Amino acid sequence: MDAIQFFTDAYAQQSSSLHLHAFQQSNLDAFSTMGLPAIKHEEWKYTKIRNLFKDGLTYTPTLSNSEIKFQTLKGTEEANRIVFVNGLYNAALTHLIEAEGNIVVKPLDTAAGDEDAELVKKHLGHSKDYHLDGINALNGAFAAGGVFIKVKPNVVLTQPIVIYHVTDNANGMIFSQPRILGYLGKNAEATIIETYVSTGNSESLSNEVIEMCVERDANLLYIKLQNEGAHSSHTGTTHIRQLEKAMTQAITISLSGAIVRNNLNMIMEAEYGESHMYGLYLLNGNTQVDNHTIVDNQMPHCFSNELYKGIMDDSSSGIFNGKIFVRKDAQKTNAYQSNKNVLIGANASANTKPQLEIFADDVKCSHGCTIGKLDEEALFYLRARGISETNAKALLLHAFAGDILQQIKYEGLRTHIDELISERLSFQI
Amino acid sequence: MQEENEDILEQITTSEYKYGFVTDIEADEAPKGLSEETVRFISAKKNEPEWMLEYRLKAYRHWLTMEEPTWANLHYPSINYQDVIYYSAPKQKVSLSSLDEIDPELRSTFEKLGISLDEQKRLSGVAVDAVMDSVSVATTFKEELSKVGVIFCSMSEAVKEHPELIKKYLGSVVPATDNFFTALNSAVFSDGSFCFIPKGVRCPMELSTYFRINAANTGQFERTLIVAEESSYVSYLEGCTAPMRDENQLHAAVVEIVAMEKAEVKYSTVQNWYPGDKEGKGGIYNFVTKRGICAGDHSKISWTQVETGSSITWKYPSVILKGDYSIAEFYSVAVTNNFQQADTGTKMVHLGKNTRSRIVSKGISAGKSQNSYRGLVSVAKNADNARNFSQCDSMLLGDKCGAHTFPYIEVKNNTAQVEHEATTSKIGEDQIFYCNQRGLDTETAVALIINGFAKEVMNQLPMEFAVEAQKLLAISLEGSVG
Repeated sequence: MDAIQFFTDAYAQQSSSLHLHAFQQSNLDAFSTMGLPAIKHEEWKYTKIRNLFKDGLTYTPTLSNSEIKFQTLKGTEEANRIVFVNGLYNAALTHLIEAEGNIVVKPLDTAAGDEDAELVKKHLGHSKDYHLDGINALNGAFAAGGVFIKVKPNVVLTQPIVIYHVTDNANGMIFSQPRILGYLGKNAEATIIETYVSTGNSESLSNEVIEMCVERDANLLYIKLQNEGAHSSHTGTTHIRQLEKAMTQAITISLSGAIVRNNLNMIMEAEYGESHMYGLYLLNGNTQVDNHTIVDNQMPHCFSNELYKGIMDDSSSGIFNGKIFVRKDAQKTNAYQSNKNVLIGANASANTKPQLEIFADDVKCSHGCTIGKLDEEALFYLRARGISETNAKALLLHAFAGDILQQIKYEGLRTHIDELISERLSFQI
Repeated sequence: MQEENEDILEQITTSEYKYGFVTDIEADEAPKGLSEETVRFISAKKNEPEWMLEYRLKAYRHWLTMEEPTWANLHYPSINYQDVIYYSAPKQKVSLSSLDEIDPELRSTFEKLGISLDEQKRLSGVAVDAVMDSVSVATTFKEELSKVGVIFCSMSEAVKEHPELIKKYLGSVVPATDNFFTALNSAVFSDGSFCFIPKGVRCPMELSTYFRINAANTGQFERTLIVAEESSYVSYLEGCTAPMRDENQLHAAVVEIVAMEKAEVKYSTVQNWYPGDKEGKGGIYNFVTKRGICAGDHSKISWTQVETGSSITWKYPSVILKGDYSIAEFYSVAVTNNFQQADTGTKMVHLGKNTRSRIVSKGISAGKSQNSYRGLVSVAKNADNARNFSQCDSMLLGDKCGAHTFPYIEVKNNTAQVEHEATTSKIGEDQIFYCNQRGLDTETAVALIINGFAKEVMNQLPMEFAVEAQKLLAISLEGSVG
């Protein structure tokens, strides 16, 4: 299909935005220039994203009125709930339990025109310079349907904010483009969990951009969980700006999907920022998961640690690209990165590219990556103690994934994900 | 005391490229620019057979359809390929019967370079093929080598005397169409070395080629082909220098290595082309394609390189591990100072079963230079039990330089075991302090630490090269600390 034509038409048809018109237009222009990335594009070398934009895709960025039922995420029953349906913020389904005044959740278009307009102006679209591939701009062209979330200064949220991306794909192939702008005020503390659900079995593709600003001394825990099923594809950018002494932890877990692309950007804009990034991709079938991370150290004394782990079974394929930039002024940066992969399936593959770009001298940076199989000796040890081969393998893989799981501090959610993983590994003890 | 220190620093920071002399020899040059005429001119100059001209023309026509690659982390003004002289030969009397007949100017050039041909012949037992500008001027030790059946001669000689070997192997590892620079090289290469080690022979001495660009505005396009037959062994050394000139000069070489069953080839390079002056003016643009193939089972290819020169380096010595149980190694030290830029690394392509490769890369950047490691480790679907270990460490001296790593790892076999690790660091103040305390001045301490950093690679170099390389390392970085 001619993607540029298709989306220009869709753009003309979407309900007009009140305050984000200029932003959307400039993104559409950028998309028209760039188009969709081909595999010749260095950032999309292993992911044939163009193939997902095929004939039959429907894209109608208007709210559907039909009754939507979806399952809530286990382990987070007591939580603030923000719901997107087919990529559009749905206020009716959104439910907040937090005391009023602590957090603000409203349509992005509204926020762009009220007292938060300044924040929107400052932070919306900050990720675009990091992704010159058309995909980010495509989302930007339809940003008005998104949501604005603000956690006020000094507020510590007792319950996480769970964002559900519901795809109503019972009748036909659906394309959706959620957009989120989050803001954590000074000294605030919050957890944001994103999860994806679909109501039908048709193919779907979501192209999401979530941008967050974490202010001074604020603390953000971000969890992204994908377990949508083999018919769903996803490209998503999580872009986090960290101001002074902010601390962020991001956990990205991908358990299923057709083609999944996760971009995670940590922009260390001020001194003494700290970020921790954990990722787990446990894949089977023909699933392809592509994790791209960027840590952009712009100022001195920042710390970042990154650990991504992959287990690839059947014909699945895991891709990791981790970039660490240390700019000229970012002296005394400590940045660590590690990517570990286990190939189980005979047709599985792993492609990894840990990348360091360093322009300051007084830094400590390292990266490491491994691709291998299960340790024969460890397997033998377990087998010698009467543990079946399936269980022995499952035990080792479960332990391998455990490093990431234990980072989730919510016990209910951790148990739920653990169950999903154990089930996948046919773990029976 | 203070004043004395400053004197030393002054002296050191202004120390210059010591190989930057120009030798005043008349040269026989092709007219500037590249066209089919130029290709025919070069071929005719060398009295080449028809098939060789065909090969060149085919490469040239393909080159016309290609674009210069821009993916490397290098920034330089675009090269005008019509402004380069593609062939320049030192004018000399007809054919030479012994080394004594070589132009004395030429011989003193090589003496200045520290590779006096006859001295080398007598003392060190290293056979040298020296290539100046475009043509090979002398090959020592030919007789002795031919006794054991080793062929070591210039490429133009090989084309005439061993056409069957050249036809079979030239372009078999690096096809002319491989990339922009190989196509260019295949079209206009003027000379180079050819080396053939027959079955079961362990080459009795180390073979060596010395490259030098002398004439202004010339490009050097040499071609090296090494074929090691079954169960043979050869160690090959390569060194390069160029005079100091304000313009940038182009160097686009191709090296091909074929290792048959149980053969072993060890290829060592000390690259010291003129790096340009402190303002980044001048220097050699070095675009080199080096690739070896472990064609037979149990074969081994090892690349060792010390890269200190060139203003631009674009170089990825690679190995295709086709034979089962084959082994590949890559050891590299890349030093950049002032405005130098290096984008270098390796490719290890595992195709056979039970293949192993090892990569050790050390990058040192100083001044305003940019140093990149770019590597690929690829394990194909059928390459069972492939094993790779890569280590790339960077050291930064000063806060105006940059160090980059771009390692690509692609694994399609679930029995493979691939590891990669990289670190970036600087020389610690505590390390310097420790050395100072024991009476070493800062400059010596830095040299000591750098040499320790690069030791793993230096140890792989043949003896006489290791000494030179260590000195080079010290000279290249002089004045970059403090």
